[in-house]
Amino acid sequence: MNGRRGSHLFGGVQDSAAKSVGVAALSTVVVFAVLGYLIVNTPGWTEFQQGFFDSGEFSRSLPSIGAAFLVNIKLFLLAEVFILVLALLLAVMRSLDGPVFLPFRIISVVYTDFFRGVPGILIVYVLGFGIPSLQIPGVTIDPFFWALVALILVYSAYVAEVYRAGIDSVHSSQNAAARSLGLSRAQALRYVVLPQAVRRVIPPLLNDFIGLQKDTALVSFLGVVEAFQRANIISAGDFNFTPYAATAVFFLIITVPMARFVDWLVARDRRRQMAGAGAR
Amino acid sequence: MTAVGAHPEALHAEGVHKSFGRLEVLRGIDLTMATHEVVCLIGASGSGKSTLLRCIDLLEPVSGGRIMVAGREITARGVDANQVRRGIGIVFQSFNLFPHMSVLRNVILAPRKVLGLSRQQAVEEADALLERFGLADKRLEYPDRLSGGQQQRVAIVRALAMRPELLLLDEVTSALDPELVADVLDVIRDLRTQGMTMLIATHEMGFARDIADRVCFLDAGQILEEGPPSAIFSSPKEPRTRQFLDRIIRAGRL
Ligand SMILES: Nc1ncnc2c1ncn2[C@@H]1O[C@H](COP(=O)(O)OP(=O)(O)OP(=O)(O)O)[C@@H](O)[C@H]1O
Ligand SMILES: [Mg+2]
Repeated sequence: MNGRRGSHLFGGVQDSAAKSVGVAALSTVVVFAVLGYLIVNTPGWTEFQQGFFDSGEFSRSLPSIGAAFLVNIKLFLLAEVFILVLALLLAVMRSLDGPVFLPFRIISVVYTDFFRGVPGILIVYVLGFGIPSLQIPGVTIDPFFWALVALILVYSAYVAEVYRAGIDSVHSSQNAAARSLGLSRAQALRYVVLPQAVRRVIPPLLNDFIGLQKDTALVSFLGVVEAFQRANIISAGDFNFTPYAATAVFFLIITVPMARFVDWLVARDRRRQMAGAGAR
Repeated sequence: MTAVGAHPEALHAEGVHKSFGRLEVLRGIDLTMATHEVVCLIGASGSGKSTLLRCIDLLEPVSGGRIMVAGREITARGVDANQVRRGIGIVFQSFNLFPHMSVLRNVILAPRKVLGLSRQQAVEEADALLERFGLADKRLEYPDRLSGGQQQRVAIVRALAMRPELLLLDEVTSALDPELVADVLDVIRDLRTQGMTMLIATHEMGFARDIADRVCFLDAGQILEEGPPSAIFSSPKEPRTRQFLDRIIRAGRL
């Protein structure tokens, strides 16, 4: 290995780590202080602060928004499980070659094109309002259920593409090696190709789930009382936008750690790859 | 499968053609191998050596002709390719070990999933093979922690664990550093002593002369000349063969 490739977050000052940390800290404080000063001194700041960051309103709305946020989390966790399975199915269907499998490939392509091409909110509307309005006997009209289905359908299309990229990234020689040992197509996929593919796509997969977590707010349009909808209600009653700030905080508590976790995974994979290359 | 070597003809290829689109890579290959015979395929890069081996293992469909293995036509319609591949081992130039599995799991995967061996039996057989090829202490390592020579020996062990009747080796030493080549060649010599039927594509002419019962010179998708190594290497009849060997000698590889 040649040279260290540590991140130069602190500007690469060589003589002392303490000095570079000091410089970084000072520069950060100065930049944020200047920004803060400029914003606080804008003409409309006082009204803005009262409208969006009223501390009394904030602490009053926090508990009920927190309770409603559990609905978002429930949606997210349920959707995630089904998305992982459906998307894998779509990706595998698309990866099958040979004329026999053409219909499967077509279904997969049309599916992903459609659900990635149409705005998610439209799917939420069509399923959430359309299906209940058909009044099919025995079919639920629960908006939570149809919102869940809509999120699963839309996000499966994205996640299927992520899986597909992973499957394509496993070199065909791996499949050939597996088949040459007598493994069937399905066995080669299951034991050789998919384990490698899935490992490689975990970071982009988690990125999609950050998107999904945010998009759980879409179901508020069906009248499901989740965090955003709860904020709507409180805000309309109190003539104050601060509940939205409280909602944002809940989303950030979930999504920011996920984002940092993705960064960590990516960095770890890069380190491993370098270590692997060095071992040759 | 019946007893190893039951059929006197391990391999019989007849007028095998293979095209990729409009590119005709194999143009009528006729090749017969007796059981326990070791045949080396030599020829310039692009002459079709790898393609022929891949066709024999049904990794590529042939465009024409027939291939019989141990008397059974494997290119016929309706033949179960998975079953054919069980009886044929192939080792690739680039090893193609499964990087997410330890050496041991690489070796036992197919015996367990394809032959249906119990884990215990598969591990016992794998350990015996790893021991025999000097890899016993590497059984729990992952492929990226092995040298190229070790990886290639694992790949050979992995193929042998399926107890193939025919072993195809595709330039198994050309990705290796020179000092690692000898180990792998020793393994192949060892296999020859055990009576393994082998078809070997190679650029190592010294090795081919040493190990082959017969050498086939492949040129532009046809076997232009074949014979015992002594004949091919010392008095080639075809001008193309002579040209090829002259180039090899000039490159210092013979
Ligand atoms: N899957 C493929 N699709 C298209 N062309 C191919 C494919 N595989 C091989 N070829 C072509 O077939 C020809 C023969 O290739 P092959 O790999 O069999 O040669 P080789 O004799 O093994 O060469 P080398 O000594 O370099 O390994 C080459 O021109 C190659 O480009
Ligand atoms: Mg080749």
